Amino acid sequence: MTNAAAIRPGRPALPEWVRRLPEYLMIWVPLLLSAAHLVSFSLWTIWISFTPSTLIPVSGWVGLRNYSAVAASRNWQIAFDNLLLFGSAFVLLSLVTGLALAILLDQRIRGENLLRSIFLYPLAVSFVVTGTVWSWLLNPGLGIQKLVHDLGWTSFKFDWLIDRDMAIWTIVIAAIWQSSGFAMALFLAGLRSVDTDIIKAAQIDGAGPIRIYRRIILPSLWPITITVVVIQLQFAISTFDLVRALTNGGPGIATQLPALVVYDLMFQRSLLGRGAAAAVLMLLILLAVLLPYAAWRYVQRRRAAHA
Amino acid sequence: MRERTFAPSRILIYLIVLLIAAAWLAPLAVVVLNSLRSNEEIAQGSMIGWPQHWAWSNYLAAWSGFCVAETCAGIRPYMLNSALVTIPATIFSTMLGAVAGYAVSLWRFRGDTWIYGIVTLGLFLPQQMRLLPWTIVLRDIGLINTLAGLVLIHTIQGLSFTTLFCRNYYVAIPHELIRAARIDGAGFFRIFWRIILPLSPPILIVTVIWQFTHIWNEFLYGVTFTSGQQQPVTAALIALSAAVADIPQHGVQSAAVIIAALPTLLIYLLGGKYFVRGLTAGAVK
Repeated sequence: MTNAAAIRPGRPALPEWVRRLPEYLMIWVPLLLSAAHLVSFSLWTIWISFTPSTLIPVSGWVGLRNYSAVAASRNWQIAFDNLLLFGSAFVLLSLVTGLALAILLDQRIRGENLLRSIFLYPLAVSFVVTGTVWSWLLNPGLGIQKLVHDLGWTSFKFDWLIDRDMAIWTIVIAAIWQSSGFAMALFLAGLRSVDTDIIKAAQIDGAGPIRIYRRIILPSLWPITITVVVIQLQFAISTFDLVRALTNGGPGIATQLPALVVYDLMFQRSLLGRGAAAAVLMLLILLAVLLPYAAWRYVQRRRAAHA
Repeated sequence: MRERTFAPSRILIYLIVLLIAAAWLAPLAVVVLNSLRSNEEIAQGSMIGWPQHWAWSNYLAAWSGFCVAETCAGIRPYMLNSALVTIPATIFSTMLGAVAGYAVSLWRFRGDTWIYGIVTLGLFLPQQMRLLPWTIVLRDIGLINTLAGLVLIHTIQGLSFTTLFCRNYYVAIPHELIRAARIDGAGFFRIFWRIILPLSPPILIVTVIWQFTHIWNEFLYGVTFTSGQQQPVTAALIALSAAVADIPQHGVQSAAVIIAALPTLLIYLLGGKYFVRGLTAGAVK
């Protein structure tokens, strides 16, 4: 290494740092812009959440007043309850669907590639398109209910879209349709990486397929399961477009979600301080999911390094 | 190994898989069929049905005919807007991400792990935390309600993903290769151009597909920072369904939905392998 400089051909007269300026700019400018916008934008939004800003950002300090106002509003309470219900139902059901699809596709069936593409194609479509299409299918006067009525079964009822208590489930349905394929893809990769020698050994020992799945294959999938859960939760917490296109928060405010509350406060009611507080609350909900995950990943890595 | 006996259990597996596949295809099939039925025909029955007369004119109306607010130019200007945002932002964010990923993984410089760590936080930070600051930044630099503003946002925000993708790909390149080239006097750009870029097509395809799909499908920034004739197609679709709420035109709307979804669907059909690789690469962050 030390004689490397000696081998180098004659340097131009320009000083080192000038010569390397384009390189420094190319390395630092994009990374710094990206990092700076993340840090400053977050800090700025957090700061606004403590100010009395309404139509325009103003300085001043109101402590936690914006937070208590948001938390006390019916809009946020409904949004938060909906998030709990939607988040857990969607994550659980997409996990089950994804795992079931992965196991079925792993049975050496014909046309696996085609089937996999079918389960994954909704991921290529925007949430706006998904929401619009499902709003038609689930609309009782247009979609499935109307079809069944036209076929003669007139007492058939499937009107969740306009039912205050059930409307949130329409979002669960659309979200499962859109992103179960993602869970399937990850699980399938996991299934394919299970050590085949262990499975063969178990088969020789006389274990049946169900036993092999329960004792060997499924337990090896749990790190993937956690990853899938965290990613789907992250999606659930920030869901906006899908609801906007499917129910627009309705009927009434029955399908309100935190991201819609933020948008409503910031851009429809011009309550910037409260909107920022709601955004920070969203971030806190997200951190409640991500921090334990990061800690778990850290422990896993340490353990792998020591093993 | 590859015996295919048709035991009852195999038949059951095929039955279940095919049923679910049919359910997954149904929404697409319904919209495609509706896009070929006249508005009147749909109004008489339901959204689910076989076209009695093939109404190809729906596509013409959706593309350049129907009216949103006062303008009657169909979906075409909004498709153009989306393309004018998505294509430059995809190219910029991919190029910059490739250079940044190379710098962080192979070139190494003081503070690289720190800045890389902060940049990847962008994968998690909710868009809602950036909405107000972007509003102010775009207003101050005069890019509010412009396509250039959206290009800027998507380029900077996309960097978190593109840098991560490329960095994770480049760390597998042996350091000796770079060291040898540096000893031979090759600089940052020459190494990138001669050694890194020729090795990059697989990851660049993944990154381009990922960025294109995400930017094309993005809605929140589009609807917040643009209005009227400047909106991308996702925002225009929402505006369309609001505009025709009184007199539904479901045939034309279905055609518009198909047109709007077509670019990303085509990319998925052509580059499905790379699309899935991006999904899983994003997951193992």
